[in-house]
Amino acid sequence: MNIFDIVGPVMVGPSSSHTAGAVKIGYVARKLLGEDVAEAEILLYGSFLATGNGHGTKYALVAGLLGMKMDDENIPNSFDIAEKKGMKISFGKAKLKDAHPNSVLLRLTGTGGKKLEIVGESVGGSLINISRVDGLLANFSGEHPTLIVHNQDRPGYAAEVTSMLAGKNINVASLQLYRESRGGHAVMVLECDQEVPGDVLKLLEQSSGIEYVMYYSLAED
Amino acid sequence: MAFKKLAEIAEISEKKGLPMWKVVQEDDCTEQSITCEESYTKMKEILSAMRDADKKYNPELVSKSGMAGGDGMKVEQFNVAGSALVGDFISSVIEKAVKMGESNACMRRIVAAPTAGACGVIPAVLLSYQEKKNVSEEKIIEALYLAAGIGEVLAECASIAGAEGGCQAEIGSAAAMASGALTYLEGGDNEAILNAVALCIKSMLGLTCDPVAGLVEVPCIKRNAYGGVNAVVSAHLAMAGVKSRIPVDEVIDSMGRIGHLIPSCLRETGEEGLAITQTAQDFCDKQMKEL
Repeated sequence: MNIFDIVGPVMVGPSSSHTAGAVKIGYVARKLLGEDVAEAEILLYGSFLATGNGHGTKYALVAGLLGMKMDDENIPNSFDIAEKKGMKISFGKAKLKDAHPNSVLLRLTGTGGKKLEIVGESVGGSLINISRVDGLLANFSGEHPTLIVHNQDRPGYAAEVTSMLAGKNINVASLQLYRESRGGHAVMVLECDQEVPGDVLKLLEQSSGIEYVMYYSLAED
Repeated sequence: MAFKKLAEIAEISEKKGLPMWKVVQEDDCTEQSITCEESYTKMKEILSAMRDADKKYNPELVSKSGMAGGDGMKVEQFNVAGSALVGDFISSVIEKAVKMGESNACMRRIVAAPTAGACGVIPAVLLSYQEKKNVSEEKIIEALYLAAGIGEVLAECASIAGAEGGCQAEIGSAAAMASGALTYLEGGDNEAILNAVALCIKSMLGLTCDPVAGLVEVPCIKRNAYGGVNAVVSAHLAMAGVKSRIPVDEVIDSMGRIGHLIPSCLRETGEEGLAITQTAQDFCDKQMKEL
C-alpha cells in the first residue's frame, strides 16, 4: 500500500467501494469494449443492490461506462449525460453464484456493435476485480495494462503470446488460464507491467487459433 | 516497504537527522520508484483537492437518502454569530469536518483520508490550522506526509477499514493521523508526535461501525467532527508534555486485536447497533420500496 492509498484517492463520495469502485468497474468495462457504449444492461447483486441507491452506485457505474474516472465531478449527473448521448440503460437484479457481495453484471453493446459481458466486484477501498469476461472466469484488477486472449484450448498458445510480449520487452505481472472444456474455448488473462502496442495486438488477432483479443490500457483515450 | 512501527520511523529520523515526514516520503519514493519531486507534486494536489472540497461545500445539497445535508451550514452560522462555546480553532475544526462529511454523502469530490467515511477529519484539522495560524503550504504538505506515514503503520498493524476493524479503524485512524500531523505543526518533537498518536488512538478504541442503512451518513458524518476534536485534544496533551503510559506501537497492536474482537455484526454489516434501531429499520423499509 503506498501513501497515496492512505491519503487519497481523490474521489467522488460517498463510498470508496460502492461509489469509486463502481465507477472503476464501469470504466474498465468501457475500455475493454473498445468503443462508446450504446446500450448497457446493469444487473446489481448483493450489497450493490441493497445499498446502492443511497451510495449512488448506479450513477457511478453509468459514469464509468461514459469514460469518467472516480474523481469526476460529473458522476452525479451521469444519467443526464448518458441520455444526451443516447446511451440506453436498464437496471435489474443479477442472479450470480458465489459472487462477492459488491458485484455487478454488465451486458454492453458498443456504438459499433461490439458486445461484452463482464462481472465486476468492488473488493474494498476503491480496488476492483473483474471476475468474469464473456461468461468465462477471469481475475484482474484494472491496475495494470491487461491483455485478454480468447483462444482454442490447444498446446502452445500461452508460449506464443508470452514470447511475443517478451520480444517487445513487456514483462508479465500475472498470467491466468481458464477454459470451458478440454480442447474447447479458453481464455488467457495477462496483466503486464508495460503497455502492449497496437501492432502486437493486431499480430495476436491474426494468429490462427486465437479467436479474439481484448485489451485494457491505462492510457487515456 | 511499509513501516511496521512508528518507533521505527522515529528511529530512522533520528539516525539520519531528518524529520519523520521526510523519512516517510523517501521510503515511499523508493517503493514506487518515483522522485521526491513527483511525490511532492502529488501531495500538493491532494492538499489542493482537500481545500477545493472544503470551499465547494454546498448547504443546499441533500444526500440521495435524504438523511444528510445542511448541518455544516448550521455550524457555520453558529460560529459566525459568535455563539460558540469553544475557541475559533476548534469551532472551525467542527464546522469543516461536518461540511466535508456532508459533501461526501452528497457525491461531491473529496479525498479519502484514510477512507471516504473519515474524509473530514484530516482536512478539518489541517486547513483550520493553516487558516488560524497562517503557516506555509509547505509545512501543511509535510504534515500530510507524516499523517500518511502514521496511516501506513495503522493499515499494516491494525486496520483502516470499518468492515475489518470497526469505526476505530476509520475515524480513529484519521484522528490519530491528524493528531500526529498537528503536533508536528506545533513544533513537537518525535516523542511528542508519538505520544499524541498513542493518546488519540487510546481514546477511540472499540468504536463500532453500525451505520444506518449501510450508508456513510449516520453516525459517520458527525463523527468526523469528534475525530477532529479528539486529534486536537491529543496534540494539546502531548505538547503539554503529557505522555502515554503505553507506547504507541503497543497501542496500535491493541487496536488491531480489538478490531478482530469486535463482532462482525458491528463491522459494517448493518446487523446490530444503530443500524437496527426502529428508526433505522423504518428508513430501510422505505429505501427498499424505492428499488
